[in-house]
Amino acid sequence: MTLVVTPWSPAAGEDLLDLLPADERLILPALQAVQQGFGYVPKEAVALIAVALNVSVADVHGVLTYYHELRTTAPAPITLAICVAEACQATGSRELVAHVGANLAPVGGRSDDGQVDVVEVFCLGNCALGPAALINERLVGRLTTKALESALADARAAL
Amino acid sequence: MTTTIYVPIDSAATSIGANAVALAIADEATKRNVEIKLVRNGSRGLLWLEPLVEVETVTGRFGYGPVTAADVAALFDEDFLTGADNGFSVGIVDEIPWLADQQRVTFARVGVIDPLDINDYEAHGGLTGLRTAIALDPSKVVEEVLASGLRGRGGAGFPAGIKWRTVLEADSDQKYVCCNADEGDSGTFADRMLMEGDPFTLIEGMAIAGIAGGATKGLIYIRSEYPDAIATMKAALLIARGCGLLGDDVLGSGKAFDITVRVGAGSYVCGEETAMLESLEGKRGMVRAKPPVPALHGLFGQPTIVNNVLTLATVPMILAQGAAAYQALGAERSRGTQVFQLAGNIARGGIVERAFGVSLKELVENYGGGTRSGRPVRSVQVGGPLGAYFSASGLEVAMDYEALIAAGGMLGHGGIVVFDDSVDMAQQARFAMEFCAKESCGKCTPCRVGSVRGVEVIDKVISDIDRTANLDLLNDLCDLMTDGSLCAMGGLTPMPVLSALRQFPEDFQK
Ligand SMILES: Cc1cc2nc3c(=O)[nH]c(=O)nc-3n(C[C@H](O)[C@H](O)[C@H](O)COP(=O)(O)O)c2cc1C
Ligand code: SF4
Ligand code: FES
Ligand code: FES
Repeated sequence: MTLVVTPWSPAAGEDLLDLLPADERLILPALQAVQQGFGYVPKEAVALIAVALNVSVADVHGVLTYYHELRTTAPAPITLAICVAEACQATGSRELVAHVGANLAPVGGRSDDGQVDVVEVFCLGNCALGPAALINERLVGRLTTKALESALADARAAL
Repeated sequence: MTTTIYVPIDSAATSIGANAVALAIADEATKRNVEIKLVRNGSRGLLWLEPLVEVETVTGRFGYGPVTAADVAALFDEDFLTGADNGFSVGIVDEIPWLADQQRVTFARVGVIDPLDINDYEAHGGLTGLRTAIALDPSKVVEEVLASGLRGRGGAGFPAGIKWRTVLEADSDQKYVCCNADEGDSGTFADRMLMEGDPFTLIEGMAIAGIAGGATKGLIYIRSEYPDAIATMKAALLIARGCGLLGDDVLGSGKAFDITVRVGAGSYVCGEETAMLESLEGKRGMVRAKPPVPALHGLFGQPTIVNNVLTLATVPMILAQGAAAYQALGAERSRGTQVFQLAGNIARGGIVERAFGVSLKELVENYGGGTRSGRPVRSVQVGGPLGAYFSASGLEVAMDYEALIAAGGMLGHGGIVVFDDSVDMAQQARFAMEFCAKESCGKCTPCRVGSVRGVEVIDKVISDIDRTANLDLLNDLCDLMTDGSLCAMGGLTPMPVLSALRQFPEDFQK
């Protein structure tokens, strides 16, 4: 879900925060903007956001650690988010996760070539065509191990 | 002559190749030198037929599906442009019994129109509801919504009109309308399909809510897992502003209303309305204690209408066609229609919009056609991850708010997830606790700690360690969570656990 546009620097971070519209000068939107701009939320950004929004570092840290999707390290170019919620369990997501774990990386891990992060997600709104996954921003459905491999190959080719 | 061809852009359809089909059709048409107009519509909701290609003919929209990109040349060879019968055809889509039997109100336009064509929207009855509302006194608009019997579709089923009246009567300089598009329940996708397939309906519904409640600002909180819905909503908002549907003078009413989209960050509990408000304020998604209710003390402490996507998207139809027409549908205290979502291991999954009162059995068997795997249905979870599991012999229950509660379940957001006989219900019970442990906001101990203990205790039961004692402990723990949790996250997690235990005890005794 991340498109890295700029390498992080405090100056770039400040520029980005300056661009936040008035009604989004709030902690979560600020963190999301930083993550969208740089791929993750660097440690230094926490203090910058606190200053820019006139809130405490602890408040920013609290929000940063609350949301599953906010991250403090750079992601791999491809994020494979596999749905592990009930409707996808009913169509084989457990087996799919096991296959990915054995052949690519376990949930929470990164592939050996450093290209793919594997994460779990609870429902992608594709519950009639499960198992489902999101590969960067592309939703894929009715996944078999073969279909998943070909979707990942597409994503690698697009890098 | 130009032929109009529809290929859905709904993300469920594109998840299994609809974009490739659309490209192939455009290529093939160029190659063959035939003129076509390619419309990327939402999905008609017959997800098992996706990618479903439709061709406009004099007798109606003729369907072909499922189609893959590799089939496209054959489709042309076999004259689909004239609506010919061939190996792919499913007939006039509106006449497919699965769809023809439905009562589409909220979903009337989804899949039918071009989602981002405001003229198409208007040609199909769009904006009539808002124009009606503008001509009425706000209190009359609230009365219509009250009279329709419309209850919240997000899960709790609270009458929408009562909330709206509270906000209308509250005194404040700034009021808000917050649309809950967090749709976190597994097995649900109606909010997503509506936003991708008919976004102007949601915008119109929110504008009506704004006018009725006296709010000038609207926010839509969409989960980040829905990138396509986010993009479509944002595009629709630009168009709506451009044509005066939003802005300082909504359709010439002299009233201001505008909407912005805000995106979640991966948290199930942020679908709970007060956690959503906290999140919209940029904070941790911690549930607030109620009272005060959001209608009086909502976003930034101001009076706020919080409604689900489907609740708001149903309002334009109610205003356009009258409360009585909507109220006439349904059963008992559940009025109107419910957008059921058939999901999981199901042969014919998708959207079934029917008046309340249809039985679960009819939905699973007649519409759903049993499992996709072809094995027997063993268990059906209704109402998302906090909803009850029903056994194959317990599907007679009528689908309305009260009947489901009487049967030990809940309707939730209308999701129905089917499992075949390979399911291990002890694992499903364990997952319910695990999910709660992962998603708990952490405010209360029964939920935060109880769910972690729940996983441990179920693990012991599964591995036959002091099984009887641990089953007792599990029951106690469930009681404590039910009684001692602040919100339904901790309070209802016992529902799937206990329903699995009660109906599938053998799975806990292996
Ligand atoms: C844990 C939890 C998650 C919820 N998730 C959602 C959700 O994703 N979408 C939604 O509309 N309501 C959700 N709700 C219900 C909301 O709290 C609230 O009742 C609803 O948004 C009100 O709108 P409605 O009256 O139109 O249903 C959730 C409730 C709980 C306790
Ligand atoms: S029940 Fe769970 S999610 Fe709800 S307020 Fe308590 S800790 Fe938070
Ligand atoms: S449960 Fe997997 S997409 Fe909904
Ligand atoms: S949360 Fe730490 S003491 Fe209360």
